[in-house]
Amino acid sequence: MIEAALSGLWYGFGVAFEPHNLMWCFVGVLVGNMVGVLPGMGPLATISILLPLTFGMKPVGAILMLGGVMYGAQYGGAICSILLNLPCHPPHAVTCLDGFPMTKQGRGGVALGLTVFASFVGASWGITEMIFLSPLLVKAALQFGPAEVCSLMLLGLLAGSTLARGSPIKGVAMTVVGLFLGSVGTDLETGSERYTFGMTELDDGIELIALALGLFGIAEFMNSVNQVAPINTKYTNVGIKDMRPTKADMKRAFFPMWRGTIVGSLCALIPGTGPTIASFVAYATEKKISKHPERFGTGLIEGVVCPEASTHSSVQGDFIPTMSLGIPGDAVMALLLGALMIQGIVPGPQLISQHPDIFWGLVASFWIGNIMLVLLNVPLIGLWVKMLAIPYRFLYPSAMFFVCIGVYAANNDFFQVGEVAVIGLFGYILLRLGFHPAPILLGFVLGPRFEENFRRAMLISRGDIFVFVERPISAVFVALCALLIGSQIYFRLRGAKADLEPAAENIVSGEVPTALAAQRVPATPAE
Amino acid sequence: MRFSTSLRELIGKRDFYAGGLMLLLGLGIAVKGSTYRGGTLMHMGPGFLPTALGIILVLLGIAIAAASLAGDGDGDSHGQSILPEQPQWWAWFCILMSPVAFIFFGRYFGMAPGTFACVFIAALGDKTASWKGTTILASVVTVFGVSLFSYFLQVPMPILTWRGEF
Repeated sequence: MIEAALSGLWYGFGVAFEPHNLMWCFVGVLVGNMVGVLPGMGPLATISILLPLTFGMKPVGAILMLGGVMYGAQYGGAICSILLNLPCHPPHAVTCLDGFPMTKQGRGGVALGLTVFASFVGASWGITEMIFLSPLLVKAALQFGPAEVCSLMLLGLLAGSTLARGSPIKGVAMTVVGLFLGSVGTDLETGSERYTFGMTELDDGIELIALALGLFGIAEFMNSVNQVAPINTKYTNVGIKDMRPTKADMKRAFFPMWRGTIVGSLCALIPGTGPTIASFVAYATEKKISKHPERFGTGLIEGVVCPEASTHSSVQGDFIPTMSLGIPGDAVMALLLGALMIQGIVPGPQLISQHPDIFWGLVASFWIGNIMLVLLNVPLIGLWVKMLAIPYRFLYPSAMFFVCIGVYAANNDFFQVGEVAVIGLFGYILLRLGFHPAPILLGFVLGPRFEENFRRAMLISRGDIFVFVERPISAVFVALCALLIGSQIYFRLRGAKADLEPAAENIVSGEVPTALAAQRVPATPAE
Repeated sequence: MRFSTSLRELIGKRDFYAGGLMLLLGLGIAVKGSTYRGGTLMHMGPGFLPTALGIILVLLGIAIAAASLAGDGDGDSHGQSILPEQPQWWAWFCILMSPVAFIFFGRYFGMAPGTFACVFIAALGDKTASWKGTTILASVVTVFGVSLFSYFLQVPMPILTWRGEF
């Protein structure tokens, strides 16, 4: 078992070190790091803009680059949180609590230096987890019939929508909307058209890129235009020299870093709990076991490295269900899965055996990419800090162009550009009504496969709906679904929302939909 | 005056509208879905799943709206207006018009005019925008964008044309 994993990894390094793959990986982490720093551009929007550009590439290079964007953005997001007190990216919101006070004390460089280090440790652990757990999961998953796949998807969708931020019932509603949007177009089995309203352009369904860019690009711009406070660059003079931590700092950061890593990797195993929840839980745990919980929030290095290590460990761990089961945990993973599907690769347990170059190449590239990021972040910190000052009024119009041309380039069709505008308006209305649009993408990507497996399961069981509870593995998944819903109702009736961490709730209060809006809620705890 | 306070109260009930929107959407999906062949459980037709989804969405919508009326909402749902504190009608209009401009100018005049119009109109939405700054920004993005997408990435769209394809 271990031998197979190690030989797979060896093969993966061979793939990832091929010059063009290495180049795409580098491009990915560089772009990801850059947009991670930019306030107002999330990894979701960036990946969807880059997606059409990967159509001409080989699948391995494409997925290596898009994956790089994703974890590269996590490195950049920390810079924004620590130096500017802006929780640009939700997973880094808690880092503000102790990171910004450190910056005010003139120790921002140290915080950044240790963050880079902690991120690398967290990511390495997540990758190791992926190497050894994925083949195990695949072994189990290969036994699954359509009924099991179906109930597993149901569990993934429910977890993704109820455990994420905001009201669980609204999350479920968004998932259902996503599933519906996935059914628009030609029906796979009968060939009849659904919900196309006579528009032949909709025969192939709604374009994934248009949906993602509408929801996470245009809707987000509408939400933040003229609302972004000018950025305070008072504390952003950080050079390489400031980043070197002292021995005492290293010592204090060591154990929190590992605790954060473990918490993150555990969170990654539960479907639906992405890096955001992992970082909150890690911070709360650290505070609980600390001898001086009252000193958190005043600039403790523990409060910075612990959530950061946790975020990165969970980001890498999130790839496990995505790659080995074909079930994404959050919207970014759904988008990456969509990218694979566009390349003609069927996600699922057979992916590792059918396309070992993609799986092992991706794993190996994670390590290479993370080393690149450490090397990039240390000397380029000055440049990233300068990029923080790019005003939003230049950023969003340029991004609008990338949205338009990106959607156009996907099919060379202007219809999709109109589609993205309509979806953007719809997405903004949803944001204003307090919905989080991320589960839409989850439902959209899983929708067609869910329907296909559901039909197949019904056909095999001769229309017996109880097949889902009669087959043992499927019954376990259904029971977990019931447990999930039951516990949500229980907590609702008790009046207690799943309590994460009061301080964190302040920053990511229910109203704040995504990244940028968080800026309007000034991080009060730090002031 | 009384009208305006009741209006404010109405748009303050955010979750009520959220539920209402889901209900209408679900109703639309279910009604349209029932015109497709439903089939039996064993041999499902194309209309089966969408109709079921529509019905689920209707139920969820009712639940969301009912929770808001019962005052048992999110906790943060009350006093939440649908509109933000400072509605940015002009900026929203500009952002939504920007893709429309891209379609129109891109289709009839080519990629360069399309890009320029798209960026220019979007940038007008910012409240500090000036004609000069906006023009410069749009020009820079046009030069950069056209060279990247047309020359480097070979997107098949003419750079400049006159009423190209109808």
